[in-house]
Amino acid sequence: MAINDNAEWKNRTEDDMNGCVADLSNKLYAYGTRHTPEMIRDLSLRAYEYRIQVLRMVYGCKSGHIGGAFSIAEILTALYFHQLRLDPDNPGWDDRDRLVFSKGHACAMLYTVLAHRGYFPVDELNTFRALNSRLQGHPEPAKTPGVEVAAGPLGHGVAIGAGMALAARMAGSRRKVYVVLGDGELNSGVIWEGLLLGAKFSLDNLTVIVDYNGVQQTGTTKHVMPTEPITDKWASFNWHVIEIHGHNMAAVLDALDYADEIHGRPVVIIARTTKGKGVSFMENIPQWHGGVPTEQQFDQALVELREGVEQWQA
Amino acid sequence: MASLIRNPFGQPIMMRKAYGDALVELGQARKDVVVLSADVSSSDFSHMFEQNFPDRFFNVGIAEPALVDSAVGLANGGLIPIVNTFAFLIATRALEMVRTHLCYGQANVKLAGAYAGLSDSFDGPTHHSITDIAILRSLPRMTIVVPADPLSVIRLLPQIAAWEGPVYFRLCRNEVPQIYADDCQPQIGKGMTLIDGDDATIFACGVLVARSLQAAEILRHEGIHARVVDMHTIKPLDVELVASCARETGAIVTAEEHTIIGGLGGAIAECLAGICPTPLERVGLDDRFAECGPYLDLLDKYGMSVEAIASAVRRVLKRKSTTGKLENRSETTQNA
Repeated sequence: MAINDNAEWKNRTEDDMNGCVADLSNKLYAYGTRHTPEMIRDLSLRAYEYRIQVLRMVYGCKSGHIGGAFSIAEILTALYFHQLRLDPDNPGWDDRDRLVFSKGHACAMLYTVLAHRGYFPVDELNTFRALNSRLQGHPEPAKTPGVEVAAGPLGHGVAIGAGMALAARMAGSRRKVYVVLGDGELNSGVIWEGLLLGAKFSLDNLTVIVDYNGVQQTGTTKHVMPTEPITDKWASFNWHVIEIHGHNMAAVLDALDYADEIHGRPVVIIARTTKGKGVSFMENIPQWHGGVPTEQQFDQALVELREGVEQWQA
Repeated sequence: MASLIRNPFGQPIMMRKAYGDALVELGQARKDVVVLSADVSSSDFSHMFEQNFPDRFFNVGIAEPALVDSAVGLANGGLIPIVNTFAFLIATRALEMVRTHLCYGQANVKLAGAYAGLSDSFDGPTHHSITDIAILRSLPRMTIVVPADPLSVIRLLPQIAAWEGPVYFRLCRNEVPQIYADDCQPQIGKGMTLIDGDDATIFACGVLVARSLQAAEILRHEGIHARVVDMHTIKPLDVELVASCARETGAIVTAEEHTIIGGLGGAIAECLAGICPTPLERVGLDDRFAECGPYLDLLDKYGMSVEAIASAVRRVLKRKSTTGKLENRSETTQNA
């Protein structure tokens, strides 16, 4: 196992590079559990801890995508620690819920959540993007336990999710399919082919979550390729649309529950998020789509994210 | 050996009809097979599967990227999706999906490329598929199978469904002669020697297998004994057979309904260069687009006539005689 341990990394204290601000419970709130304030507080705190982990991974290997990973912290935390019915000890369980991670570049967050969910050792996150690592620069299903499909080239998620939802229906299974999309992906034609499919087959076992952070590689989505009014677009394709604040854990959890109640149509959750969420100098700045922090920026980001954790400590 | 082929050939049958029959048979044998089409099921004959198994058939509309992607999702659920559309669309418009999810991501999806080669002849070069083998062959983990006649379609399709990993099954639209006798049992990955001979070997695939057999017959009257091999599996290539034919006949011709770049000819050229350099002539389209017209006339005009194959053999034999003693060389390449 090759570990990303460059010079800057070696000068760091154990606490900077591995420690948690709070004790991470990795507690699972089973599907259907009532959303208590304690649960919301704990999951929100962990979303910040996972951001710290992502920051370390990208800083450690000097490459990766922080901005779009930070914007999905709450969404992935809610999915993996509450919504998805999975068995990390049996990743191939037929009736597991499926998560299609369409915005593959943000996989540092996916790997972080998978590791904490028990799919592989948390220590292995230090091998992100290294030679011989199971944690490829973009997800590869055969290498990484818990990864369902390859991702990286954008736009695949909805059509793949539709195929998975059809397979679940054919199997008579109640398993559900979730797709995590970026908003930049909405530029891609195959996304809209997928929307047509979902509606044609009335796939109410399919829920898409759009991480609408409003920023893509070279600028704002408004500037690069306007997609608003986005809720109207999905609604006109005969999807049920839910719009939420995507960093509000309670809203995320409620939206996922609500999606389960919709019958006869697929559901999209438009999650309004902030790219680079949690670090002031990264928020809404396109450069942090794929930027790597300097040592000084790393220190500053760590301070701010620790404050993010602390705000959720009891 | 002679019992493999019919003499004379049987009455021509639409290859796509044979494919439709084979799909229905497969659907009966395997409940995990699902079929998808991008709204061309009347053309590719997957409508026959739809009529028999409507619950296992999905028309995704004219949307080839979503065609492949939704098949990836179905395969994730343990099903065996067979994706149908025009060959050129699989190899071009849906290529990124094929590369990322079938080859890199190892989704167990089968691709049936309809109307391959020049077989959609009257629709012209926009619909011809003359580079699909080259494009798909370059992808790691891809398997490519090109059946020569209706019986080989029927015998190969169940093997394709059972094959682990992505397969591209390249199909002709039109009537093709029945060349195989009932005893013929093609196996993926194994070339079939149809006529023996020791002057030269013709490796052919698809519709050009029949034409190669006819060319061999013409050559026989000239005293030239050409071996004819149906190389229906382009990838993984039957390297041992290529090597033994090169050693035993010392001259090779390839014949395919594809450009001479990167297809069967390219695969065999790469193989020979590595293990047993041997004079080689490639029959196929030159590096150009064809035009619209009657199918058989197009094959003739664009370099894939029976006579074109026969002349390629004559050419390669001339080169063979000037290349030196092949017997000596074969010793050193035996274990290559």
